[in-house]
Amino acid sequence: MSEAMPPLRDFHGGLHLDGHKAESNGSAVQEPALPQRLTLPLQQHIGQIAECAVQVGDSVLKGQLIARASDYVSANIHAPTSGTIVEIAELPVAHPSGLDAPCLVIASDGDDRWAELPAPLDYLQTDPAELRERLRWAGIVGLGGAVFPTSVKTNTAGKPVDTLVINAAECEPYITCDDRLMREQPEEVIRGALILQRVVGARRVLIGIEDNKPEAIEQLNACLAQQDRHDFEIRVLPTKYPSGGEKQLIHLLTGIEVPSQGLPLDVGVICQNVATCASVADAVLRGRPLISRIVTLTGQGMQKPGNFRALIGTSVGELITQAGGYRDKVSRLLMGGPMMGFALHHDRVPVTKGSNCFIATTESEMPSPASAQPCIRCGECVKVCPAQLLPQQLYWYARARDFDKTQDYHLFDCIECGCCAHVCPANIPLVHYYRFAKTEVWAAERERQQADLARRRHEFREARLARIEAERKARLRKKKEALEKKPARATGQAVDPKKAAIEAAMKRVAEKKGAAARAGKPAPEAKTEEDA
Amino acid sequence: MQFATPSSPHLHNDNGVQRIMAQVLLALLPGTGVMWWLFGWGVIVNIALAGATAVLCEWLFLRARGRNPMPAVSDLSALVTAWLLALALPPLLPWWQTVIGSAFAIVIAKQLFGGVGYNPFNPAMAGYVLLLVSFPTTMTRWLPPEMLAEYSLTLNDTLRAIFTSSPPPGQGWDAITSATPLDAMRNELNQNRMISEIRHSPLWGDFGGRGWEWTGNAFLLGGIYLLWRRVISWRIPLSMLGSLLLVAGLFWMVDPETHPFPAFHLFSGAAIMGAFFIATDPVSASTTPRGQLIYGALIGLLVFVIRTWGGYPDAVAFAVLLMNMAAPMIDHYTQPAVFGAPGTNDD
Repeated sequence: MSEAMPPLRDFHGGLHLDGHKAESNGSAVQEPALPQRLTLPLQQHIGQIAECAVQVGDSVLKGQLIARASDYVSANIHAPTSGTIVEIAELPVAHPSGLDAPCLVIASDGDDRWAELPAPLDYLQTDPAELRERLRWAGIVGLGGAVFPTSVKTNTAGKPVDTLVINAAECEPYITCDDRLMREQPEEVIRGALILQRVVGARRVLIGIEDNKPEAIEQLNACLAQQDRHDFEIRVLPTKYPSGGEKQLIHLLTGIEVPSQGLPLDVGVICQNVATCASVADAVLRGRPLISRIVTLTGQGMQKPGNFRALIGTSVGELITQAGGYRDKVSRLLMGGPMMGFALHHDRVPVTKGSNCFIATTESEMPSPASAQPCIRCGECVKVCPAQLLPQQLYWYARARDFDKTQDYHLFDCIECGCCAHVCPANIPLVHYYRFAKTEVWAAERERQQADLARRRHEFREARLARIEAERKARLRKKKEALEKKPARATGQAVDPKKAAIEAAMKRVAEKKGAAARAGKPAPEAKTEEDA
Repeated sequence: MQFATPSSPHLHNDNGVQRIMAQVLLALLPGTGVMWWLFGWGVIVNIALAGATAVLCEWLFLRARGRNPMPAVSDLSALVTAWLLALALPPLLPWWQTVIGSAFAIVIAKQLFGGVGYNPFNPAMAGYVLLLVSFPTTMTRWLPPEMLAEYSLTLNDTLRAIFTSSPPPGQGWDAITSATPLDAMRNELNQNRMISEIRHSPLWGDFGGRGWEWTGNAFLLGGIYLLWRRVISWRIPLSMLGSLLLVAGLFWMVDPETHPFPAFHLFSGAAIMGAFFIATDPVSASTTPRGQLIYGALIGLLVFVIRTWGGYPDAVAFAVLLMNMAAPMIDHYTQPAVFGAPGTNDD
């Protein structure tokens, strides 16, 4: 019952870029040799950093859990091979800051021996919640680069899901890991999509793929024909960056605009990347956790561009050496695509779950950015912005540190695709300014929350001290009242106890005096109880 | 190995401010050529004087501000400003007035506000208006176009007139100068003459002033080139000329004897040049797509209003400067709906 699909709904702006796909997509995915050391950052995903589950000296088996998700939005990490934990320390990782981060280091024993794995699941018979639990166990995160935990993203929280969108666009130039995956393992992608469809309860599945990947389209179509699924459709998109942006892809395929600052789930859509699908299939059908991924090595500075199935934790430098090393003078090493990826300070960092591509580029291929000139408000950026923002105004306010105004101009709808900076005639690193503005707003928000917390704590403390004081006073009052009542009850009459005591003392003194007078001795000085 | 770590995106197209400005200059060539042919060497001398002054002022002022002058001077923006100003000046304007106008445009209207990208007003028009209100006699002393001129000025005559402020030997100023078509039309209308009478004069061509209309055509050609190269968008020129035509057309339909034919408004004075080259100055114009339509349309309306009821014959400079003031407010109220704004999925 293949329903009539509405025509593709183009999104505003975007760019037609040189694909540079042919450099790396010509040959099959290669298996590099088993590395001797694997460095696994505890933070390879969006959310809370994972908690170490092993100690230095522990032996681990391939697929064994070595770091545990520490929160709901977090992800497990498993040993990519068997060996010994030799180090737990802050080590260099692929991060724009260039700062070190906590890592586990495994010295491989060369046996690559699997741990006991959970049983394969018959996904058609398994409860969606159990399937999702499996994805959570396997440490699966979005492999398109966003690395958001898949088990969290597929938690629909009871909201209805109409469409599962599979992102096969791979719209960034140079990257071909998804292309090769679809050509070589189309059935894994389709089965993963089927599993995810069951997990989220989607009525239909739409696969969006750019028309620059004809072989992959053919393979997916052939695979789908065998499955005989009528609720699956592959839709070929014209190549335009950023058609693989989540919101842009959903708009292209369904005509629905994901609400500004909302989630696809708000409009009954969930989007997953093809590589994520394949790892989902691996986890459910074979009980294997996410311990490797396909990585594209490309760029003019790479001796032999191609795709490699690298274990998570493999040193990027070693991987590149294995792939034939560098060529020419490499000026920049990028992780991710040339539009949204970031430049690494050096190659002594590990491959992580989000490492889809490394581009070694030369000065002639990607020249150093020209120095920025003042914005002349030409509006080129407005024409290309897929989020339909006014980048020149955002820049103006970000530069003036007027962050309230940047939010009026929808700063947080910016997807950082880089189209604006790509076309800016003044060479202004616009995205950089937007990131800066976002972090400033977040920092201010955090500060506000902390101040709020501090204020609440302070108020609570004041209240507590006041309560304690009030309680103490109440106790004292009670005690006093009790004391006052006691003597009254003892004598049975309303006599001042002091006066009574004085009188009693006077009486005793008088008696003594009388006795002394009778005995002819001098009387001692009269003393009241109060003087004593 | 240590690598460079610039911010993403790592790809950039080959556009640049200098390239944009160079294309604007290129697009000005047909109009400049026609003006040279019609009005002689004075046009070229004015461009040279204004250009040299502008670049020198820009360089000196940037030095005074402790900036590196080279990037700003080489972006050609000062030259574009000076060129536009020079084209708006009468061909025999005394040299020092041209210099004052150009210096004012660069120093006061541009650099004092922070230089390129920060000027709230179109610098060329600010310079023009300064001269117009300060030197009304010389600023309205235009030459007749070549085909109507009784005396043809040589290069020597021109230089003499510009640098010594004296007319050619044996000629008075009145003999060699003439009012612009807009000025002439205005004067005749003020004397209560009918358009049908006025149009009998040899001063008039098919649309506007004889000869003058050719400058309009040539600037239109340059404007189309800018549109084709996507240096400017169609919004401001179209809305400005459209609203000018519309309003002029309405009044012409009501009373064709006291209101000139709408095409007269387009092809006389600075309407075409203003629409493609001046109102489109991105720095001082509205920047949102809808705002540009409003901005352009209001300039067109103001041009008609000032030409018809104002104190000056042409109005493009005043209209543009007035709308420059309104541009930030227009931008504020015409923000486009972002992707996924409320209501976008309701269709």
